[in-house]
Amino acid sequence: MSKNNYSAVQMVFLVALRISIGWHLMYEGITKVLQPGWSSYGYLMDSKGWFSGFFINMASNPNLLSIVDFLNVWGLTLVGFAMIVGIFSRLAKIGAMIMLLFYFVAHPPLMMADYLFPGEGSYLWVNKNLIELLAVAVLYFFPTEHIVGIDRLIKQFRKK
Amino acid sequence: METTDNNNNINSENTPRGIGRRDVLKSLITLPVAGALVYGAFRKKQLEHYKHNELLKTLSLDKGSETPAAYINETPGDSTTLRVGVIGTGGRGLYLMRSMGFIQPKWIDEWTESAKTNKQDNRVEIYRQMDNLNVEITAICDIFTVHRDAGLEASTNIHREGSNGQKGKPARVYKNYKELLAADDIDAVVIATPDHWHAQMVIDAANAGKHVYVEKPLSLTVAETYEIEKAVKENNIVFQLGHQNRQIESHEKAKEVIRKNLLGKITLVETFTNRNSPSGAWVYDIHPDTNPQNVDWQQFLGTAPDHPFSAERFHRWRCWWDYSTGLTGDLFTHEYDVINQVMNVGIPDAATASGGIYYFKDGRTVPDVLHVSYEFQKLDLNLLYSATLANSQHRAKTFFGSDGYMVLDNSLMVYADRESNRYREAIQDGVIPTDSPMITHVPGKGGIDAISSPTEQYFAQRGLLYTYRGGKQVDTAHLHIKEWIDSIRNGTPVSCGIKEAVDEAITAHMGTIAYRNNKKVFWDNNKKDVEFG
Repeated sequence: MSKNNYSAVQMVFLVALRISIGWHLMYEGITKVLQPGWSSYGYLMDSKGWFSGFFINMASNPNLLSIVDFLNVWGLTLVGFAMIVGIFSRLAKIGAMIMLLFYFVAHPPLMMADYLFPGEGSYLWVNKNLIELLAVAVLYFFPTEHIVGIDRLIKQFRKK
Repeated sequence: METTDNNNNINSENTPRGIGRRDVLKSLITLPVAGALVYGAFRKKQLEHYKHNELLKTLSLDKGSETPAAYINETPGDSTTLRVGVIGTGGRGLYLMRSMGFIQPKWIDEWTESAKTNKQDNRVEIYRQMDNLNVEITAICDIFTVHRDAGLEASTNIHREGSNGQKGKPARVYKNYKELLAADDIDAVVIATPDHWHAQMVIDAANAGKHVYVEKPLSLTVAETYEIEKAVKENNIVFQLGHQNRQIESHEKAKEVIRKNLLGKITLVETFTNRNSPSGAWVYDIHPDTNPQNVDWQQFLGTAPDHPFSAERFHRWRCWWDYSTGLTGDLFTHEYDVINQVMNVGIPDAATASGGIYYFKDGRTVPDVLHVSYEFQKLDLNLLYSATLANSQHRAKTFFGSDGYMVLDNSLMVYADRESNRYREAIQDGVIPTDSPMITHVPGKGGIDAISSPTEQYFAQRGLLYTYRGGKQVDTAHLHIKEWIDSIRNGTPVSCGIKEAVDEAITAHMGTIAYRNNKKVFWDNNKKDVEFG
């Protein structure tokens, strides 16, 4: 992965995409940190599709729910931060993809699914969670953190 | 454009050994973005906080809610078991027994079975967590053998078990309520019989010195309402009317909204009933064993006009004036009692009504569509009741004031009026929203508060009831009976006592009389009777 040679324009847009997704995830995390009593309960209970049982079980168990809430809130914040500043590049993006995959399969935009949380757009099978997930996957295979990001410093230190 | 830019390549020749300025710059160049995000998030939160505080100040809620979060009172120290008799063990009577902790085993069986396939089904768990009221069902009475057997079975289920569970001592069974009232092993009675029997039974129970919990509505006529009041007061018994809405947390919050005058002058309150199903229109199933051998028909009739045995009338008695108070007594009373609970309106001065039997042309005498308009002259208030049994669209109780309006269900929402003088400035400053509620209360969330997130608004608007972590779901009928039992034990007040019951009954009867006579009726408080205009 360290052999990527990007043009300036390619770099600009790859980094811009990385920062935007990082910003989105981190702000989602921070707003939940700042909102006392926030819980994913309603979102999980409203799950539809093949895996809904899994998510509803998660919500029904108060101990599990508090772990899920904690992981979600801090996962979003830290993964978002890592993507913005470009640190722990692979780990952060794998984390982001796992979270986005959960959001996607918990609320898949199926033909017959009606959600309590109304989406702000119109979706069928593909929604923004899936697109963001795929965008992170692209960033995973076109990394920039080792060029613009703290990973560059880490890499240099290791070299020493 | 170059296809390869060495500056973007980590293996740059410039940095074989040390870390150059360029490395540091490129490593940290995006760090300020994270800083900007934290700053932005903080500023946004600050702004929201400011608006929130301004809103609370404007609404005089900045010192917190006066209404404490509802909680369940401890059962008082008196450890004596209260001995309860149940008169009428049909659908409602069995429900009230269930709320006291005596459930028919078949429900536990059914819920257990359902929980096997649906993990969200925790009804058995919730039921078993319900407080033990320390009561014993010592007697039951019903005039239909099937109801009697069901009541008897429930009375033995002291451990809240299914069919295979351990049973306790069965209640004594009476075929006539007067024999039940004469028994000396009964301290209090729960009455869940057809409306036309309420008055006589409450009066007889009061005279026998038994405390009374009776289902709504209190009575069938204006005259008997005052006979009940007299008997209850003279015998000094603890009386509770079965309006369990008194226990709904959001209603206490609504009282605070009124007390703080957040709506301005309230001139109109609208209440509704919309149902669209056979059972919603009182067309209940007729049990196949309903026959003259199993039903004491003469006792059912009581003082009602004579009529040959009718299984239909026995089960669907709410469809006939002979035994029922129709929409006003059966369904409007639920609405009215909430208004009385929240605004303490008392008996109205006048009523007009219109409606008819438009959909259920099944021989019934009570209307299935009805409008009643009540006037409260001293309060400058009109209360509208609008009902149909042939459409189920939900219409929520709404209180309209000069500065705002309040929508009240299990949840509560208060909206500012766009034209309000009081809120004009705050609306202009963006502190008070006009397209979304300025105050909401979602049950289980504790205090009254201003809206903080779209999600919360969304749940509030739909009145969705779900348990919060640490929260507890409780049956309102259980709380209402518990309040009555606590009052018997230690004299604490009941929330729907005889005064509230008389208000409820007279208000309902005024609507009924206006409808049946097709005339405007007025209340004469000196004569304690209605007059036609």
